Amino acid sequence: MEFFLVQLLNGISYGLLLFMLSSGLTIVFSLMGVLNFAHASFYMLGAYFAYQVSTVLGFWAGLVVAPLLVGLVGMAVERYGLRQVHKHGHVAELLFTFGLAYLIEEAVHLIWGRSALEYRVPPELDGPIFQIMGSPYPMYRTFMMLVSVAMLVSIWLALTRTRIGLVIQAALSHPETVEALGHNVPRVFMLVFGGGAALAGLAGVIGGAAFVTDPGMAVSVGPIVFVIVVVGGMGSLAGAFVASLLIGCLQNFSISLDWSLAGLFSWFGWMVGPDTPLWSLWNVKLSQAAPVLPYLLMVLMLIFRPKGLMGTREG
Amino acid sequence: MNGAAAIELLDVRKQFGATRIIQGVNLSVRQGERLAIIGPNGAGKSTLFNLISGRFPLTSGRIRLNGQDITGLPPYRINRLGLSRSFQVTNIFHRMSVYENIRCGVLWSLGYKYSFWHPVNRLRDVQRRAEETMERIGLARRRNVQAGVLSYAEQRALEIGITIAGGAEVILLDEPTAGMSRTETAQAVELIRTVTEGKTLIMVEHDMGVVFGLADRISVLVYGEVIATDTPEAVRANPAVQEAYLGGMHKEAAA
Amino acid sequence: MSTLRYRPLDLGRWIVWGATALLFALAPLMSDASFVLTLLSQMGILIIFALSYNMLLGQGGMLSFGHAVYSGLGAYFTVHALNLVGKGAFWFPVTLLPLVGGLAGLAFGLIFGYVTTKKSGTTFAMISLGIGEMVYACVLMFPAFFGGEGGISTNRVVGEPVLGLTYGPALQVYYLIAAWAFVSMAAMFALTQTPLGRMANAVRDNPERAEFVGYNTQRVRYLQMCLSAFFAGVAGGLSCINYEIVSAENVSALRSGGVLIATFIGGVGLFFGPILGAIVFTLFAIALSGFTKAWLLYLGLFFLAMVLYAPGGLAWLIAIQIPVLRARRFSELLWPYALALAAGLMLLCGLIGAVEMIYHLSLESAEESVIALAGLEVDVRALPSWLAVGALLAAGGVAMRHASRFVSARWHAIQQDIQRGAA
Repeated sequence: MEFFLVQLLNGISYGLLLFMLSSGLTIVFSLMGVLNFAHASFYMLGAYFAYQVSTVLGFWAGLVVAPLLVGLVGMAVERYGLRQVHKHGHVAELLFTFGLAYLIEEAVHLIWGRSALEYRVPPELDGPIFQIMGSPYPMYRTFMMLVSVAMLVSIWLALTRTRIGLVIQAALSHPETVEALGHNVPRVFMLVFGGGAALAGLAGVIGGAAFVTDPGMAVSVGPIVFVIVVVGGMGSLAGAFVASLLIGCLQNFSISLDWSLAGLFSWFGWMVGPDTPLWSLWNVKLSQAAPVLPYLLMVLMLIFRPKGLMGTREG
Repeated sequence: MNGAAAIELLDVRKQFGATRIIQGVNLSVRQGERLAIIGPNGAGKSTLFNLISGRFPLTSGRIRLNGQDITGLPPYRINRLGLSRSFQVTNIFHRMSVYENIRCGVLWSLGYKYSFWHPVNRLRDVQRRAEETMERIGLARRRNVQAGVLSYAEQRALEIGITIAGGAEVILLDEPTAGMSRTETAQAVELIRTVTEGKTLIMVEHDMGVVFGLADRISVLVYGEVIATDTPEAVRANPAVQEAYLGGMHKEAAA
Repeated sequence: MSTLRYRPLDLGRWIVWGATALLFALAPLMSDASFVLTLLSQMGILIIFALSYNMLLGQGGMLSFGHAVYSGLGAYFTVHALNLVGKGAFWFPVTLLPLVGGLAGLAFGLIFGYVTTKKSGTTFAMISLGIGEMVYACVLMFPAFFGGEGGISTNRVVGEPVLGLTYGPALQVYYLIAAWAFVSMAAMFALTQTPLGRMANAVRDNPERAEFVGYNTQRVRYLQMCLSAFFAGVAGGLSCINYEIVSAENVSALRSGGVLIATFIGGVGLFFGPILGAIVFTLFAIALSGFTKAWLLYLGLFFLAMVLYAPGGLAWLIAIQIPVLRARRFSELLWPYALALAAGLMLLCGLIGAVEMIYHLSLESAEESVIALAGLEVDVRALPSWLAVGALLAAGGVAMRHASRFVSARWHAIQQDIQRGAA
């Protein structure tokens, strides 16, 4: 029970972090039709910028400054890159962001080197905050959840209370109307792209400190975020939210469980041993299979419900 | 002219969300007949075409092609059963040459399907059929021109060419003369007349000159309902049609 | 007016294919150095792989981020087949082993392609990435078959030599690769000229219209994907024979990204584009990686520049010169091109200088502050070096701006004349 609760909380906090990434991706995709392959690279940049700022001004300054910097980078990318390739269609845009992801990773190698950075949780957030049935729960995880929820609320407010928010909402529910808005809204595009990048940057600031800040962090989280967008349904924010929590929990539970198919069989009374055909398949522990599960989920979703959890569009 | 029905619509309905676009259409078109569908803008003419050709699923009702139920079939299955359509907004392969465009319309009907072992340039029957079609639509001299750079009227002709290339028995043309000048329209009418000789033709058209010149019968669609189907003369004289149709036109003009 | 027949092209086609075969045959004579053979073998494999990738991207409009799945799994099955032959479990000539890779690629194309080709466009791209990640994770999960991180090594010299071929010497392996590359090239070209190949283009350009002339677009994409996976598998099989090791890297996202970059740089719109791309990419990878650790950065920059300014790739850049050459107007472009080239070189020098200096500063062992750049001793901690680099970049940028305006003005003038002449 205690194990379950702790894992659930960890899953939710990770899921919320994933939602910070997938929400930006979804909004940009709905509004501009661009699938930003470099989205996870902005996440990485957030962590690296925050590290750089924190070495001089401390963690809290990094928390504020880094997402803003990443947002600026995002806006510049939209203004001087994406807008140029827009006329060549969505595949060209996707290729551009793919190249960008590649470039950002190499630039990070170039500037900060290949090994992980000493970017850690600040001392005031280190340590336990409360006890769950006797075992301490880390304060930083709670902080992560807090920031994510604050972010969620501000996105919601921005979407419902501002002009740009209304445009985005219209884009989410009626993608074809965005074409009616035509090319008169390049500034909205730029702001939204920058905003999405800043969100990813913020996720990077808190995620980098919680997990690891190294040049591989974009590649490790990027595909998962894409899976979330597909599983949730292309262009659905609510779907992305549910899928983020689902995958966050799925990953946290699966890495800490030693279940295997062989164990399941023996529970039914079938004895499976090393001599059984395909033993290596039956004997895989859930914890070993953890990296595959999100992708498996995606494949199953595509076969049985191609629209995704809450999607309304066909691909 | 044959008496059997080529196309039959039985209480066909279509709803987008809560909006009813097509509200119970019944229609029967005999083989070899030329039917025009007219009606004010927003009456659902193009939607009806999209339902018949399988582009949208029906909400309810049934559609039969030569007696066979085609309700809910995907467009390619319906096409293989001998129904071919054109589009209101020119829908061609812009990056291919005229010849290649027509060839795309020919390949399936001559049984080459998804073949990856026939060299397409050596298929005499495909070549012959494509050349013939280009002759008929008057684009033989533009054979190697990229479709995207053709003039508008030529693109409309190519649109019809792709539609008839497969030799379908039932042809649906969605506003074939839309956006054309007088002379271009007259040429297009002649073209449609010759290429649909002996076939079943259903067309949506705004130009009354074209409609009265081509159609054997006319159906009037108003707010998703067929209010009359009759010979051109009878439709012209029908007071209910005048009322509803012109009323609709007035509203449109006022809007 | 008489209609054009396809006959006149046939002679030209024979010449092109003959010259290609000759090039493959004579290439190793360029030099005795062993790295030339290594380079050529790698190029041959990448040519097959990139052409197979272009069956998706260029011909079918499917942007895949997981194409290494098919070549990689093809390589794994080939390595097991090779090891079984080595143990004497059965007899199979090494010459035909890439076929095993091809069939494995085809089999997985049939399985995974069924899922990925349900969608097109952006969604297809995401799913292909997901499948790629899934396979990569699976490879690490089943070390019994895939050999874990270290991979599976093998020995290609097995069994009795057939026709005197042992495949011990690298030269024999090169000719094996060259032969397979030539045959695959011809086969993939032939495929573009079949009903499926033509309809793949149609589905790429206008899927809706294709549905209304009788074609199930999903089926067209699926079949195209399976065929492409077959050739990817052949490339994988050859890489297994060439390197005698297959590891998780063979199915990685890095490999998938690599083939995408190679294909795109070469040009997706023309059949020979990916061939060109494979050659350039290999030169980049082997030649440049020896000089600088930042070669991936340069490759990325090159790729981005192509996406922004020449989305048709190198092949397209070459192809658009042909009408100008035919109109005998190319000489007018020589001067603008030369200026643009000079400006580009200036920009490039500045860029290389900046990148190399930053790299040197960020390296942990950066005790030494003087580095050698193009024969020059540059002190990376001295202000003048940075000023020089900055000046190069600024001047190059300004020059490039002017040169590109010059080029485009001349270019448009010539194009107008050509069009007027044609009308």
